[in-house]
Amino acid sequence: MESRSNFRTPVSQQAHVIEKPKDTSTIGGMVAIEINEKKVSVPFGTTILEACKMNGISVPTLCHHEDLCVAGVCRICVVEVEGMKTLQASCAFPITNPIKIKTSSPMVRKARRHVIDLLLSEHYGECYSCFRNGKCELQNLAKEYGVDNYTFGHVTKPRYEIDNSSYSVIRDMSKCILCKRCVRTCIDLQEVGVLEAVNRGHETKISTFLDKPLLDVICINCGQCINRCPTAALRANDPSDEIWAAIDDPTKHVVIQTAPSPRAAICEEFGMEPGHSLTKELNTALRRIGFDKVFDTNTTADLTIIEEGTELILRLYKAIVKKESVALPQFTSCSPGWVKFLEHYYPEYIDNLSSAKSPQQMFGALIKTFYAKKAGIDPENIVSVAVMPCSAKKFECNRPEMNSSGYKDVDYGLTTRELARMIKEAGINLPEMPKSDFDSPFGEASGAGLIFGATGGVMEAAIRTVYEFITGNKIEDAFEKAEVKPVRGFEGIRYVELPLGEKFGPVPDILKHFIPNWDWLKGVTLKVAVAHGTANAKKIMDDIKAGGKFSECHFIEFMACPGGCLGGGGQPIPTTPEIRKKRAEAIYAEDESLEIRKAHENPNVVKLYEEFLTDGPCGHISHKLLHTHYTKRGRYIA
Amino acid sequence: MKNKREGKVIFSPYERGDAVKKVVAISREDVLFELRESILKGRGGAGFPTATKWTLVSAAISDEKFVVCNADEGEPGTFKDRILLLEYPELIFDGMVVAGYTIGAKKGIVYLRGEYEYMLKSLEDYLGEMRKDNLLGENICGKIGFNFDITIRLGSGAYVCGEETALIESLEGNRGEARNRPPYPVNTGYLGKPTTVNNVETFAAVSHIITKGGSWFAKFGTDKSTGAKLFSVSGDCEKPGVYELPWGTTINELLEIVGAKNTKAVQVGGASGICIPKSQFNRKLGYEDAATGGSIIIFNESRNMLHILKNFMEFFVEESCGQCTPCRIGNVKLLEGIEMIENNNYTFSYLNHLKELGKTMQVASKCGLGQSSPNAFLSILENFKDEIFNNGGNNGK
Repeated sequence: MESRSNFRTPVSQQAHVIEKPKDTSTIGGMVAIEINEKKVSVPFGTTILEACKMNGISVPTLCHHEDLCVAGVCRICVVEVEGMKTLQASCAFPITNPIKIKTSSPMVRKARRHVIDLLLSEHYGECYSCFRNGKCELQNLAKEYGVDNYTFGHVTKPRYEIDNSSYSVIRDMSKCILCKRCVRTCIDLQEVGVLEAVNRGHETKISTFLDKPLLDVICINCGQCINRCPTAALRANDPSDEIWAAIDDPTKHVVIQTAPSPRAAICEEFGMEPGHSLTKELNTALRRIGFDKVFDTNTTADLTIIEEGTELILRLYKAIVKKESVALPQFTSCSPGWVKFLEHYYPEYIDNLSSAKSPQQMFGALIKTFYAKKAGIDPENIVSVAVMPCSAKKFECNRPEMNSSGYKDVDYGLTTRELARMIKEAGINLPEMPKSDFDSPFGEASGAGLIFGATGGVMEAAIRTVYEFITGNKIEDAFEKAEVKPVRGFEGIRYVELPLGEKFGPVPDILKHFIPNWDWLKGVTLKVAVAHGTANAKKIMDDIKAGGKFSECHFIEFMACPGGCLGGGGQPIPTTPEIRKKRAEAIYAEDESLEIRKAHENPNVVKLYEEFLTDGPCGHISHKLLHTHYTKRGRYIA
Repeated sequence: MKNKREGKVIFSPYERGDAVKKVVAISREDVLFELRESILKGRGGAGFPTATKWTLVSAAISDEKFVVCNADEGEPGTFKDRILLLEYPELIFDGMVVAGYTIGAKKGIVYLRGEYEYMLKSLEDYLGEMRKDNLLGENICGKIGFNFDITIRLGSGAYVCGEETALIESLEGNRGEARNRPPYPVNTGYLGKPTTVNNVETFAAVSHIITKGGSWFAKFGTDKSTGAKLFSVSGDCEKPGVYELPWGTTINELLEIVGAKNTKAVQVGGASGICIPKSQFNRKLGYEDAATGGSIIIFNESRNMLHILKNFMEFFVEESCGQCTPCRIGNVKLLEGIEMIENNNYTFSYLNHLKELGKTMQVASKCGLGQSSPNAFLSILENFKDEIFNNGGNNGK
């Protein structure tokens, strides 16, 4: 019962995982079935839905999602199986014997139509005033099945109050169709579990603990539930009206920073296939919308690598040379969903989090200090916007401690989806935009900052820099084309050992005041790990708690979202493993095309340390502006 | 203390331990043979052949198996399990021991309806006595290596937990929601282990079959519905109560026995069953005709069929677990339809939509609850349309 230990979802919502034969050529490995009178054979244990898909037969789904375990509750995917009295949910039915399936019999069509009619009778809202208009799965099904009237009526009043307490996720349960995708996302994918069905029958609803507002429960704001909601019951807290107002206000200087993941995914909002980065087209579009300056978040991602890398080296130096007790392994802190997850679930490990701020927040602090001074603008009048693939970034920029510039460092976190709407509203067709560069004084950044968008990217960027710092060799000597392949990919947890060797280079200038040489690292093997999705993070944390192999790691990258930022809760809907793979390809391709691919070679970062952060990484100025602290939240909230 | 109840099969003479003492002397195959001979079908209402179920569980390969007794007697109008639990616990527990022996389980669990909590103490005491007599525990009745014990767990009042997979979910501490099937509990049941879930009365029947033989049991009833059945009779009659009658008894015969007069309709099988009008009172009670888990509710001429239907539908709206669309919303729509008739504010075309919806619910719902909840709606509207529509819904009181 492998599925039992891996998932916490009630078994009622799990398909029986039948092990598919490794070699389908063995006897019984394939099952001969009939779909709509066509004879086909499928591997033993394939679900009817998979079998139909393999054979080009479309079966509608609603509660089914590729990333989640099976529920079998919406009943839209029912099919007829010969010899069975009732219709069967094709998503939940494993094929183990020769069966005859009909996917479009009169009984099936009528049942599907009824399911749609029933859902519409309870689904509050009018499509034309809905943010999911055109991208709603229920709406699409209604269209596909020719629904042109409300057979069983339609609600005219909302049933539940909207919960907009959260900085990140808004819940409008009157639009909920109880597919429980959010429940399964929160429990299985993220192991957070703030959402669950309560009550019975017609009173059933998705609720938080004691029906508290989302702000008051242990939600980590990752927004993965939004990405998997088929309707508009869940959406991000959209600040675009405030941003428009700032743009329209002539006294305000509105700057925007764009993160790598939105640039690699926003094409999907404009009807393009996943996997195309529109970075430079986006720069033009943002200027046309009215942003005064467009900056590249990768600049501060590079800065993060220098700061976080230095912090790591210092922690190791203290541990190995000075024998001080320091918190190791060091955890990355750029994913605000992960940070909040740790604050709630593993508060005792708070010291392991790198104190370096996320790139978004570092940029925010720099814009209202360094940039304001340089450009001669009163920071009071600067409105700083960040385009992020993330809903948790909205919470992060509202953390009370994020005001080291003396102002709110980042005023608004905007998701990819919300930005796409703003661009459309401005009458701009993004893919047709001419290309243009980022604005100075930050300009273009390195490929290291860029790959932050994919799971393993922060680790790869860190390795590129730390390896060169320590060994004095080029990373290309160790990894072809500077691609640190072992940390790439979509495996939930990756573990890599990196022997540092015996020969070291000179200590780089910016670190000289901390450490005399590298000799103390002789014979040390750098142990690193990568995890994405907080369910995987939990596995590593539990292993560390138990003193397992991950407790011996030096540095671990954690990303709250499956796939890393490119699969973030602010990214275009839908999301599937295939789409996330394509976005990653786009990000890595852009990295490969860049000349500068290491954080420490970014000339703007070098200049920053010369001109502004004059006492170097982890120095006083840096600590004031680029580092932060965390809160031991625990699991209990008043 | 024990009431004298009449009956040739379930209520026939039986002493505690009879079946257990006999079963340890014979092989598993012998038990399954007797069960096949008896043609015993599940007494909860679904009528699945017990021999087949036990054969599947005993054939399943697992380090652990479970016997579960479904004592979540929740169908409106059913109270025969209560009588068995109160007056004939030996039949049930012995039957469970036989099941444990047959399928190779070490643990039996009684899932007792929450409302029956008052029986818990006496049932626990009874199990204690059985342990003293070595009818439970280790090396039962001297059979080396045959270890089996029974625990009792209380339900919390959800009707859906009478559905076997929802019952198992509840046992595991989860929300009472039916699972996807396949897989069936015979392979993946309680804690993912092969599990047989049987009704209280089924275990009672097994105890008699083991002591008196499968062919003895099959002599009673009809070809397809063997043995006798306990019926919980309620409603408009002089002598309501629990009756043991052979399968194949007609509704007319039953009405005679219980002293029912001026009967207009009989609800067979509880709220999820069907409503039979006077013209069909010659129908036989049995799996092949008017099937029931035991609930018989009698309505005389003074009753308003629409009120009765509304009562049933209110029950289902309340008791649907709410996970699948057809049952969660469908039942509400059917109830709304009844209210429309009540208020004389309906169109036949809409009622026909609802009838079609009812048929969809029967085939598209996830579990037996939603699949059977439209039965009353469909059968009462069909069988009593004259009363309901010709009198503006105001017939009777």
